[in-house]
Amino acid sequence: MIAAILAGESQRFHDLIRPYERSVYVMALSFVHDESDAEDIAQEAFLKAFRNLASFRGEAKFGTWLISITLNEARSRLRRKKLIKMEPLEAPDDDGSHVSPALLRDWKEIPSEALERSEMRSLLQKAVEGLPPIYREIFVLRDIEELSIAEAADVLQITVASVKVRLHRARVALQKTLAPQLKQMDSKRRWFPWS
Amino acid sequence: MVIECKHVWEHISGYLDGTLEPEVLRMVQEHLEHCEICSAILDSTRNILILTADERVFELPLGYSERLHNRLDEELRGAEGGD
Repeated sequence: MIAAILAGESQRFHDLIRPYERSVYVMALSFVHDESDAEDIAQEAFLKAFRNLASFRGEAKFGTWLISITLNEARSRLRRKKLIKMEPLEAPDDDGSHVSPALLRDWKEIPSEALERSEMRSLLQKAVEGLPPIYREIFVLRDIEELSIAEAADVLQITVASVKVRLHRARVALQKTLAPQLKQMDSKRRWFPWS
Repeated sequence: MVIECKHVWEHISGYLDGTLEPEVLRMVQEHLEHCEICSAILDSTRNILILTADERVFELPLGYSERLHNRLDEELRGAEGGD
């Protein structure tokens, strides 16, 4: 399809990007925390993808290439807005700042039906958005966009070992933040089943 | 060889991804069989990953797709017009 688009069938670009509309938006939203800005970034990323389609070599998957463009767009947007002027994009992976998980004895699984409640969705969103940028990036790529470890390393231009370290810290940090809150929420739910 | 809880925590992510070396995996599994705290940590982490990956957590704004394709249309028409 890409060859056809480059040969002049531009309208087929609509079909090409349809499967990636969601992942590009979510990637952008996890950076800017604002729906309108995220939509701007997503539109810009798709436009850049179209303008630069000839440079897509097919070495990576098209989706991974799109995510790289989105990531760069989100980062440059943030730099322009200076929203992250105090947050370095790169940080040492082995700085000794270990994160310990929340210690639980009786975790009761939260069923996915719980996501029907807006407070639950909001809790999860805020926890992801609250991660430091280098951990948020890798978490979104791997656990939300479901890229492989190698693909995530490629997008972020870091080693596979760094991906594993950052991913581990991101997941443990989320567990530490969310597990106590979710457990409490689930307990409330059992006490007040009609609320 | 027996490992302590804090060492098991270092391997939670690798355990979930299935990337642990066979020997480490065996030690972690043996530990999990008798440690309810580490089992609860593992279960909660796995559960949280499943919940955050659910499409309902990050919802698309109403009209997002339509606005995107309209914007693309302007660009595509411009590109075709320039050919």
